[in-house]
Amino acid sequence: MLKTFLKGGVHPPENKLSNKSKIKDLPVPQIVRVPVLQHLGSPAKPVVEPGNQVKAGQLIAKNEGYVSSNIHSPVSGKIAKIDDFIDSSGYKRKAIAINTEGDEWLEKIDRSKDHINEFSFSPEEIINKILEAGIVGLGGATFPSHVKLNIPRGKKAEYLIVNGVECEPYLTADHALMLEHGEELITGIKLLKKALKVDKALIGIENNKPDAIKHISALVKNTDGIDVYALKIKYPQGGEKQLIKALLNREVPSGELPVDVGVVAFNVGTTFAVYEAVQKNKPLFERIVTVTGKSVKNPSNFRVRIGTPVSALLEAAGGLPENTGKIIDGGPMMGKALNDLNVPVTKGCSGILVLPENESLRKEIQPCIRCSKCISVCPMGLEPYLLMGLSQHNLVDRLETGKVLDCIECGSCSYICPSNRPLLDYIRSGKAEVSKIIRITKQ
Amino acid sequence: MSSVVLYTIISLSGLGIAAALMLFLAAQKFKVYEDPRIDQVEHELPASNCGGCGFPGCRNFAEALIKAEDFEGLHCPVGGNETMNKIAELLGKTAVTQDPKVAVLRCNGACEFRPMVNKYDGTKTCSIAAALYGGETGCEYGCLGYGDCVEVCKFDALYMDADTGLPVVIDKNCTACGACVKECPKNLFELRKRYKKDRKIYVACMNEDKGGPAKKSCSVACIGCTKCVKVCTFDAIIMNNNLAFIDSELCRLCRKCAPECPTNSIIEIGFPPKKEKVVDDNTGQTTTALENQTNEENNKLNNIPEN
Repeated sequence: MLKTFLKGGVHPPENKLSNKSKIKDLPVPQIVRVPVLQHLGSPAKPVVEPGNQVKAGQLIAKNEGYVSSNIHSPVSGKIAKIDDFIDSSGYKRKAIAINTEGDEWLEKIDRSKDHINEFSFSPEEIINKILEAGIVGLGGATFPSHVKLNIPRGKKAEYLIVNGVECEPYLTADHALMLEHGEELITGIKLLKKALKVDKALIGIENNKPDAIKHISALVKNTDGIDVYALKIKYPQGGEKQLIKALLNREVPSGELPVDVGVVAFNVGTTFAVYEAVQKNKPLFERIVTVTGKSVKNPSNFRVRIGTPVSALLEAAGGLPENTGKIIDGGPMMGKALNDLNVPVTKGCSGILVLPENESLRKEIQPCIRCSKCISVCPMGLEPYLLMGLSQHNLVDRLETGKVLDCIECGSCSYICPSNRPLLDYIRSGKAEVSKIIRITKQ
Repeated sequence: MSSVVLYTIISLSGLGIAAALMLFLAAQKFKVYEDPRIDQVEHELPASNCGGCGFPGCRNFAEALIKAEDFEGLHCPVGGNETMNKIAELLGKTAVTQDPKVAVLRCNGACEFRPMVNKYDGTKTCSIAAALYGGETGCEYGCLGYGDCVEVCKFDALYMDADTGLPVVIDKNCTACGACVKECPKNLFELRKRYKKDRKIYVACMNEDKGGPAKKSCSVACIGCTKCVKVCTFDAIIMNNNLAFIDSELCRLCRKCAPECPTNSIIEIGFPPKKEKVVDDNTGQTTTALENQTNEENNKLNNIPEN
């Protein structure tokens, strides 16, 4: 009996088209545009001026405030301008444009492919290196990692959970990473364990990746304190709270954080970035992105520099198919349609999904038939149909008591609804309204 | 038999009297004194409960008026000065008069001026669309056109124009309650001073982009050329973030700025056509001046880098 979470969940068609694809290096683009806000929190502040020469890995924007992240140049070249440019948020935001010249990295970065297993850093040194390298959660939430690693006083982490679930259909970036960089991943886990001062680490991988489970299990055979668990296939198991429930049977109470139940969770991509930052002095300026879709010629996994336009990725995967309806940043469940092909890849971009026109369009909205399917699939135990109605009528206080802020925006409700109701759209808008009011009243 | 009836009547009326006594005592004990003037003031108010005064309803506003030392900052936009004067008289205070206002839409990006660059397929409300992205056109500041403002207007003062795809304010119905101002996710509505015959002159644009990109996304966008600022003799036009703004309190409706605007983003409404006489007087001068301006303007436009 495989482990899984109990409440709700759906099982959409997996469509992991690119799971046999090796990670390919995407050529460095001519021009990169690096947004200064690629993470949760306050935007980073540019520390370069137009005309400056930079090398790959050089700091170009410094974190502002505690919940923020450093941004490094992904290429070597000349800063062209610092201007507003459209990014995956759909709005113009400040971005640093760099014209590429060659591919020269900072001297301190170890560019060799050798795997360095030994380390003698103290927890503080590791956290500091992670902060300097600008590492954020690469699963999609882009929460700055150093904030997670600094355990608040009075709390204690017991377990490190490494998230290799990749429950979103289509995406295979984490899968490819586990297969090709397993050793580095294990070292990354050891580093995180040291930083958090925990003895046990659990890796959760969904059962649709048997090769990854086998590979990682073999690697940790002789290592104490790292266990691999195969999990039943169920969306949204990659959600932090769902994964904690599945692996440890612990429930994160409403409004609290995983560390309150003694757990800190990291994505495998983040863990690999931690390895590179600490052992190879390499800041986070490239990541693995899946380019996929049924109409895409060669669905593949690419190692991409941050700031590369999406159009370059599509080009590398065989060009933009003719009947494309939507291009989605992320997976089909939680991703967001892009409105411009020049949008740059950011730290949180795990995949680019091309949907043909007939699959991408929304269906006609029908009245709610009170089938309560949305309630039974909600992994957080909410009542989506009710929250949608409350949000439509702007009943903010009832939204708050209905725990709208617990919604993880997984989209299971909208997926299952037989009447095609845009449940998540309204819940998200209600959630924004409630958090806005909470923010104002707190001040 | 008759005695049973008698007992019944006596016991029931006794019970009734006792209960009435208890209720009377309870009412005396828990009596809440309410200022009778609240009802009077509320009666004077328009009872639209629109929230334009900043209070949840007309009764709350009436209570606030009675408690207030003076009427500074308290104004009912629906009833206007007339109502406020009446209430002031009733309460023996002096009303603070305010110029009547009217809502205007600061976007003129009709379908013909703003080419569509993508197609929105999601829920057709402005608040949800605005949370997702900048909109179907290249201008991320402009009207989305799903009519959240029309929904929220309690006075039937807004409707969606099917041709332009923009909401239209019906001046005579607009009470300047500010519901649309709060609702619009792009902050396109502004409450401006209401002039005689509903005359208006304002910059119908909120695009803060530089000239090139702004013009590219919308042909009637303000490109921030500052020509209107230079021509204004009352210092009523302010330039901020590549965007001109005409302060309706300072503007004297001289109409000098509108013809200067190279993109026609300054809109004049309710004016008679310019008199022949004025043009005749300075024919020679005006034409030369205009020619010079067009040349300058072309040069300027050519110099703006295209992004």
